[in-house]
Amino acid sequence: MQHEPTHAAPVTLPTGRAAGCPFDPPAGLAQLREERPLARMTYPDGHVGWLATGHAAVRFVLGDPRFSSRYELMHYPFPGGPEGPLPPAPVGDMTGMDAPEHTRLRRLLMGRFTVRRMRQLTDWVREITAEHLDALERRGPGTDLVEAYARPIPALVICELLGVPYADRGRFQDHAHTLMSMEAAPEDRHAAMNGLLEYMAELVAAKRAAPCDDLLGDLARESDLTDEELVGLGGFLLAAGLDTTANMIAHGTFALLSNPAQAEALRDDPELAPQAVEELMRYLTVAHTSVRTALEDVEVGGQVVRAGESVTVSLEAANRDPERFPDPDVLDLHRRATGHLGFGHGIHQCLGQQLARVELAVALPALLTRFPALRLDTPADEVPLRTGMNIYGVHRLPVTWDED
Amino acid sequence: MDVRVDRDRCLGAGMCALTAPGVFDQDQDQGLVVLLDPHPPEDRHAAVRLAAGVCPASAVTVAEHGRPTTA
Ligand code: HEM
Ligand code: SF4
Repeated sequence: MQHEPTHAAPVTLPTGRAAGCPFDPPAGLAQLREERPLARMTYPDGHVGWLATGHAAVRFVLGDPRFSSRYELMHYPFPGGPEGPLPPAPVGDMTGMDAPEHTRLRRLLMGRFTVRRMRQLTDWVREITAEHLDALERRGPGTDLVEAYARPIPALVICELLGVPYADRGRFQDHAHTLMSMEAAPEDRHAAMNGLLEYMAELVAAKRAAPCDDLLGDLARESDLTDEELVGLGGFLLAAGLDTTANMIAHGTFALLSNPAQAEALRDDPELAPQAVEELMRYLTVAHTSVRTALEDVEVGGQVVRAGESVTVSLEAANRDPERFPDPDVLDLHRRATGHLGFGHGIHQCLGQQLARVELAVALPALLTRFPALRLDTPADEVPLRTGMNIYGVHRLPVTWDED
Repeated sequence: MDVRVDRDRCLGAGMCALTAPGVFDQDQDQGLVVLLDPHPPEDRHAAVRLAAGVCPASAVTVAEHGRPTTA
């Protein structure tokens, strides 16, 4: 890894994406990665910490327990964030905890999300997907794929798994959406959080009264979680699996439609699906950025990150590192993209990743197969992009096809 | 090749079972790694090395020619 040039000025986090490149990370990250894969960075609150863009540096920081995930230690990397220090993670928010508190929750849940358990859901995910393909066809050409396909499928899946009535989605989807926005005003965030927790509290009370055979029901019956923890964890699980997967489906479709030869390769060869999903995860990296803070001085590739300094880890820049992935800016579904950091790395690596893999490996090829002439119903440069969101992707994706 | 797993470090991410099925699995209750084959055949070595390399918790170790390596 290169060293930081001694007199190089600290950078600020590049956030603007170049016009006409909806799939590429913000301009400026690539050059930084090449010259300063771990660069000093000035945070909006004035803190001078670090920005990691190289695959090796990002992976190192995420994998080392001397870097903490606790929100109250971190400096917020995006402009327009909260004034002053962040509050600690709300009860049940696993991503803002360190071991051993984190370990306790993770171990309670791990067994529910194994590769095998998730694969057993494949047929059921296929059914849900088929129903939504029918609905899409009924709505006809010009439909917004986000609303008709990308959002409902993951929502149904996570609801069913947790034991949340899908009919209640009006009570949590908007809140989850607000919580994922980097631009939401603190009051709105607060209100959304309360709304979500209020809903979960009612649900948890119902599960305690009459436990049923789903994840929340089992946790209510078998674990030592308090009501507050169960409510917080339930809300967190619900939110974690919604926007992420929805955006991978929608943005993944956009990327495939923009690379017709790749779409055709996937349509022609269903066996390619698992590999295609890894490559799309790498190429799109919709969960693009995370932050860790050093608990003690740590040497990272020859430079010393001091105790108390935050490191912003750019997952999207790391996933385009040419030292790890040759021709990184090319979408190539045949490449071996294993080792990408699209689900993170280290103890917080996505708990739901095996579920997300099943959903994506079903939903993307099924769409292409059902509508072989699927195409955008709007010029590509008019697709509204989720800039300024924690989870990148598209707000809407109008699509059309030939009716026979 | 000698493969070892550390169930205390494992976080149940499942990368091992996904990358080198037949060598690794996860137990059904806790999701912890289960080592099915500590001495996998030659044709599995590449997959096992990859699994050790991508395990997010560095819970998989591979020793080759008596030399332990963690990725
Ligand atoms: C393609 C879709 C998904 C993407 C891109 C994604 C991405 C991520 C990433 C990058 C992290 C690590 C965050 C960090 O280290 O700061 C994470 C954590 C997490 N994800 Fe996902 N995720 C997806 C789907 C899901 C689903 C379906 C669930 C279902 C419940 C889920 C549940 C979680 C949980 C609980 C964590 C926290 C784990 C921990 O802190 O130990 N995710 N996800
Ligand atoms: S990849 Fe590592 S953390 Fe994940 S299940 Fe296997 S051993 Fe455990």
